[in-house]
Amino acid sequence: MNKVKKHSFDFIIIVLLLLIAATAVFPLLYVLSASLTPYSEVLKNGGFILLPKKFTLAAYNEILGQSKVIHAFGVTVFVTIVGTFINLILSLLMAFPLSRKNIPGRTFILFLVVLTLLVNGGIIPTYIVVHATGLTNTIWSMIVPNAIAAFNLLIMKSFFETLPEELFEAARMDGANEFYILYKIVLPLSIPVMMTIGLFYAAGHWNEFMQPLLYITDSSLFPLQVVIRDIIMQTQDQLNNPDVSIPTVTIQMASVIVASLPIILVYPFVQKYFMKGMLLGSIKG
Amino acid sequence: MMDLQKEKEIKTPVSYSSKIRRKWRDIWKYKAMYLMLLPGLIWFIIYKYVPLYGVIVAFKNYSLVDGMIASPWAHPWYKYFQTFFNSPYFTELLSNTFLISFYRLIFGFAPPIILALLLNECRISWMKRWVQTLSYIPHFFSWVIVYGILVAFLSQSTGLINHWIVESGGNTISFLTSTHWFRSILVSSDVWKEIGWGSIIYLAAITGINPSLYEAAKIDGANRMRMIWHITLPGIRNIIILLFILRIGHILDAGFEEVYILYNIQVYPVADIIDTWVYRTGLQQLNFSLATAVGLFKSVIGLILVLGVNRLAKRWGGGIW
Repeated sequence: MNKVKKHSFDFIIIVLLLLIAATAVFPLLYVLSASLTPYSEVLKNGGFILLPKKFTLAAYNEILGQSKVIHAFGVTVFVTIVGTFINLILSLLMAFPLSRKNIPGRTFILFLVVLTLLVNGGIIPTYIVVHATGLTNTIWSMIVPNAIAAFNLLIMKSFFETLPEELFEAARMDGANEFYILYKIVLPLSIPVMMTIGLFYAAGHWNEFMQPLLYITDSSLFPLQVVIRDIIMQTQDQLNNPDVSIPTVTIQMASVIVASLPIILVYPFVQKYFMKGMLLGSIKG
Repeated sequence: MMDLQKEKEIKTPVSYSSKIRRKWRDIWKYKAMYLMLLPGLIWFIIYKYVPLYGVIVAFKNYSLVDGMIASPWAHPWYKYFQTFFNSPYFTELLSNTFLISFYRLIFGFAPPIILALLLNECRISWMKRWVQTLSYIPHFFSWVIVYGILVAFLSQSTGLINHWIVESGGNTISFLTSTHWFRSILVSSDVWKEIGWGSIIYLAAITGINPSLYEAAKIDGANRMRMIWHITLPGIRNIIILLFILRIGHILDAGFEEVYILYNIQVYPVADIIDTWVYRTGLQQLNFSLATAVGLFKSVIGLILVLGVNRLAKRWGGGIW
């Protein structure tokens, strides 16, 4: 009797977990197959087409044939690569000194950083500053105003705190300066945490929607998310237009996949790092 | 006696100045470290602290030409706050913002904790790993992607769910433009997106619990439910309180991006929140001072709530500081 109870407990847990995992991935799988299948086929099967029988790339041809999408893709790729690079460098340069306990003024600077998590100027004052520094309507408005995320900085800092000071003392004895230590000793030891934080920053840039909305009016600088949102909204309007040969739903679904594809592709490779990086950083952070 | 006092008088300034000198020597010793801090520090000052100072715009008649400092003061100083409090939108905005946040807290706070407990109880380690990996994915999707997925399922003409409704003889429902459905859709999308990610921090806290507690409980004959209730949950109590306090502090941040991406004019009465209104008033109608005043109002309430809740939590023996 007791044994049955024990096993049913495990059974319930497994069922619940599988249910949660399925709800997490099912919606996107549906969107993916709907983007690859002729819509009539989708409806014939009542929506259950997780494995498409008929296969068409027409919607992708249509989307990727639009020059504005290609252009937006370029903008987003630039912002993601350059932005993440700047994010990581600035965070690294700040997190390392802040992780060394004996530096005068450290607590005060740390306080300045933490305070920004609790209070901020708000949308409009930040806009005024971004405007005053000449960034509005430039690609840099999607990079510079969020060059450092205080939260990521703190995770990085608490990881660096776990590195023993003796490691650096030895290098200093040999006449190494701090920049050399950072580059040659700290960096190689922090690959997991750098990959984790890098993924956070990169995903943030890839998904950027609010910054362009606030700071950019020139449509040639719109990143992918903004353009994809337009496609989803527009195609909803011209739904009954007989001139459009590919069903709008298929185009909508294909655009969702285009917007999420890089994340889906990169995620499996980076996720093994961030399990490690997150655990290292978050326990103390 | 005199001599001693004299000596003391002379000695104090010397030791004081040598203290300063030692301090400077320390600072000089770490000059490379300060050089590293410099770019980030400048960034924090320009893009975080100048905007903080910029809230004075709320008390001024701001014009783009004069700028933050030269613009004349508003008269009376609370002019824009008054405009907002008296505006017909005030109650609607405040209640929408509060309700959306409140529903998010009610329906979104517990699921990550439950997921973390379930994962912790799962004895098949490869399965645990897979469920974790899959459930984190939605966190990395943008709200535009979520919007696209919602259209796929809920659109009135082409959505899967409406297709099912029609097949079974019902009438289509305009989920995405209905005031009746908007908040439920927003909040459930949010829970869906963040449940997995939110569980990480609790899982990390659970790994910090001393395993001997479970051993002892097992010997005493406790079953797994009792162990969850008496060991695991108390073990992560502090982190639960901490996250709860932070959530309360952000209760007026109902999520600009998600609301902006999902809403449309039909659902304004239930969807328009303080932030979206600030955006439209400030950047589309260029009423900077009014928008800043409203934003400031929001921040002050948030700060008061954090401090207040922290105080309460301290009384129960858990606060952040």
